Amino acid sequence: MAFGHKHILGIEPLSREDIFTILDTAEGFKEINSRDIKKVPTLRGRTIINAFFENSTRTRLSFEIAGKRLSADTVNISSSGSSVAKGETLEDTARNIEAMRPDIIVMRHGASGAPHYLAERLDCSVVNAGDGAHEHPSQALLDLFTMREKKGRLEGLEVAIVGDISHSRVARSNLYALNRVGANVRLAGPGTMLPPEVDRLGARVCNRIEEAIEGADVVMMLRIQLERQAKGGPLLPSLREYSRFYGLNPDKLTLAKPDAIVMHPGPMNRGVEISSSVADGSRNVILDQVENGVAVRMALLYLVAGGESEDKD
Amino acid sequence: MKLLIKNGRVIDPRNQIDGQLDIQIEKGTVSQVGSDLEAGDAEVFDAAGKLVTPGLIDVHVHLRDPGLEYKEDIASGTLSAVAGGFTAVACMPNTQPVNDNLAVTRYIQEKAKEVGHCRVYPIAAITRGLKGESLTEMGELTEAGVPGFSDDGRPVESGAVMRRALEYSRPFGAAVISHAEELSLVGDGVMNEGFVATELGLKGIPWAAEDAMIARDVMLAELTGGHLHVAHISTRGGVEIVRQAKKRGVKVTCEATPHHFVLTDEAVRGYNTNAKMNPPLRSEQDRQAVRDGLADGTIDCIATDHAPHHFDEKNVEFNLAMNGIVGLETALPLTLRLVEEGVISLQRAVELLTCGPASALGLPGGHLATGAPGDVTIIDPDLEWTVELEKLKSKSKNSPFGGWNMRGAAVATIVGGRIVHTR
Amino acid sequence: MSEQNTVILNSSGIERALTRIAHEILERNKGIDDLVLVGIRTGGDHLAAELARRIETIEGQGIELGAVDITMYRDDLGSRGSLPVGKTDILFSIDEKKVVLVDDVLFTGRTIRAAMDALMDLGRPRSIQLAVLIDRGHRELPIRPDYVGRNVPTAREEDIEVRFDQDNRAVEVRLIKQQGRGGN
Repeated sequence: MAFGHKHILGIEPLSREDIFTILDTAEGFKEINSRDIKKVPTLRGRTIINAFFENSTRTRLSFEIAGKRLSADTVNISSSGSSVAKGETLEDTARNIEAMRPDIIVMRHGASGAPHYLAERLDCSVVNAGDGAHEHPSQALLDLFTMREKKGRLEGLEVAIVGDISHSRVARSNLYALNRVGANVRLAGPGTMLPPEVDRLGARVCNRIEEAIEGADVVMMLRIQLERQAKGGPLLPSLREYSRFYGLNPDKLTLAKPDAIVMHPGPMNRGVEISSSVADGSRNVILDQVENGVAVRMALLYLVAGGESEDKD
Repeated sequence: MKLLIKNGRVIDPRNQIDGQLDIQIEKGTVSQVGSDLEAGDAEVFDAAGKLVTPGLIDVHVHLRDPGLEYKEDIASGTLSAVAGGFTAVACMPNTQPVNDNLAVTRYIQEKAKEVGHCRVYPIAAITRGLKGESLTEMGELTEAGVPGFSDDGRPVESGAVMRRALEYSRPFGAAVISHAEELSLVGDGVMNEGFVATELGLKGIPWAAEDAMIARDVMLAELTGGHLHVAHISTRGGVEIVRQAKKRGVKVTCEATPHHFVLTDEAVRGYNTNAKMNPPLRSEQDRQAVRDGLADGTIDCIATDHAPHHFDEKNVEFNLAMNGIVGLETALPLTLRLVEEGVISLQRAVELLTCGPASALGLPGGHLATGAPGDVTIIDPDLEWTVELEKLKSKSKNSPFGGWNMRGAAVATIVGGRIVHTR
Repeated sequence: MSEQNTVILNSSGIERALTRIAHEILERNKGIDDLVLVGIRTGGDHLAAELARRIETIEGQGIELGAVDITMYRDDLGSRGSLPVGKTDILFSIDEKKVVLVDDVLFTGRTIRAAMDALMDLGRPRSIQLAVLIDRGHRELPIRPDYVGRNVPTAREEDIEVRFDQDNRAVEVRLIKQQGRGGN
């Protein structure tokens, strides 16, 4: 195995082989999370900076725990709003961080492409923890890990992704990842939330949620951003109508395969994209996703930390 | 002082000349065009093997002077122009302060006389402060030599204000230049709406935003009889609207930029901020439509929309980067590329850079008949060179064409009989 | 890259060595009470399984068997890149157990150091003993095996390769002399 990536900027640059390497590595790390002593010395002496320029609780927490369980020193920087608003450019902010000699910067940023910008300018590894409406690779990988764990396979799985596809980095990363591993994706969402030509990313675009869910092995509901006010015009008449046409409830879920699982990247808006009875039902694997997130992020940090040098074995 | 340009292939589309001729310039104007002219006491420029064309004219540049001299000023902008073969440029009014009055117009004209390397025609704003509300003093400004009015960088959002601008400017014979975008459709888009934007997760600007505004302004030109000039046309629909309007006899002209006929939104991949401009780089279909418009005469001229920005303004996240690229030094070879690719003839290419822009805005020059301004560009169409951004004469280096191999360049630029650039 | 191979143990030699080690383990620990075997991936886990089979035959009673992956405990991530992480499968408590760690080749001792760290993270064994099929010398840490199949003096740049068949049975041990390549 040679994992030749210094950075994880998205799923798009990863091959099918890379994805399986990450998932298999995460299997090894998952065991640690159930031990009494949840720590291995793998990244002892390494410094990981979690630079979050956009609000996030769970992704930051997950990366922080992942780093700590690998014995890396993890430091968090949070800053809401763009660095330019503070009068400092992103490059200057990054150079200041780099001067403290981190080995890995885990970055969340509101601007699509911001991690690419950093990766081009810095020497350390950059792991994208979500950039604008572009990619959220660690989320897609933990989603795949969970699907494989629950379904025993990825190839040929029918996966429905429902919600605000336009603004969703989770949807994009999952589209790339699921296509690489041979799963089939169906998308559904309001017409205002489907980006143009999204079918070219490898998905069947459905007009109704029912059509997307029918016969699905996995139903992934995306978060509706209650606070999103698009400058380009209104996206929804009301959350009530959204919930009726695009929300997941037990009735709609009966259209999926009997053993279908329900996923959500969190945090959920109960009663909007997902009814409480589904959110608390036996089909949902949402907490498994959160748990697996730590193992997958450990795998990413581990692989990136050793990704520069060639494998000699 | 006399200058005799000998042995070149003279292409003067307006006067239907294409052949080996000599041109003599005396006291700043063309004094003689003919075969085997006697040199006498004239300085001789041997143009054997070269093309001799009227001086190239760019009706859409940003010289950033006054106020934004850290990006460009009149000296550096006009130096960039002559290096690219241009002998005249029309500069946009979105300076600081805005060129919405005679004082700023005079400042530009005076400074151009003093430190400029080519002719500079200031375009004045349509509305005061580019606010889209009240008209500038178009009569006095036209009298002072302003060839057209534009709120470039912003559309005139109110249809009523645009209508009045077209009506009011009409008797003065000045063009009203439309920066066509329907802002509510643009939203917070930062690149062309389409597959690439979907992949990159960047907000898109739909073609409909441009088409809708071009359609409105064409209708207003038709209604009022005013002269509408559509700046940087970039969409298939926009070209078609202008084509149909011209057929109906509407007084409408338009320009297209080299980047819109060379590049598509694919250039944005990698979040390249030097591929961020307004209008955005469009789809392949749109690019093709612009090329068709250049070929069939719908598009009157090529203009660069030369938009210098400081490195720091481009070295940021894509959505924060300023719009625009420098274009004066790459426009000529990119236009010649259209000839090489069989899209247009060499004569048409010269037309699009000379008499095309001159007649669109009613500027002097653009041809080489006796009595015309002594502005000449001597082109080596076969000169191969590579774009090195650091060597651009412009103060700013924001071009997506860095590293491109080009064919064709201005080897001499002559303004008023004076050689202002050679290479 | 040229190489020169010498077979230093064939399958019957390996059989005999493992049988002897099994007896030595039982003798020293006086039976299998509180005794567990943990093989180091990959190689040591297969040998541990073979030892377990033999012990079961001799004692007529099964013995707990586990496998430890030490990739996460390596000290050479920077120089070797990210090696594949395998799974640690120890489905029993090692607290107060006598753990016999099993590996195929003992070389610098760093793998054993890593394996001991891994075991310590899983519990508190009463003792840890070390069984290896081959001891090739060149220790870099104060580590010494309790049970050895064969001592093989080697040069640093040589390699020892233990070959397993498709049923993960050790069938051959080779000494490989190579030019143009460092040790393993």
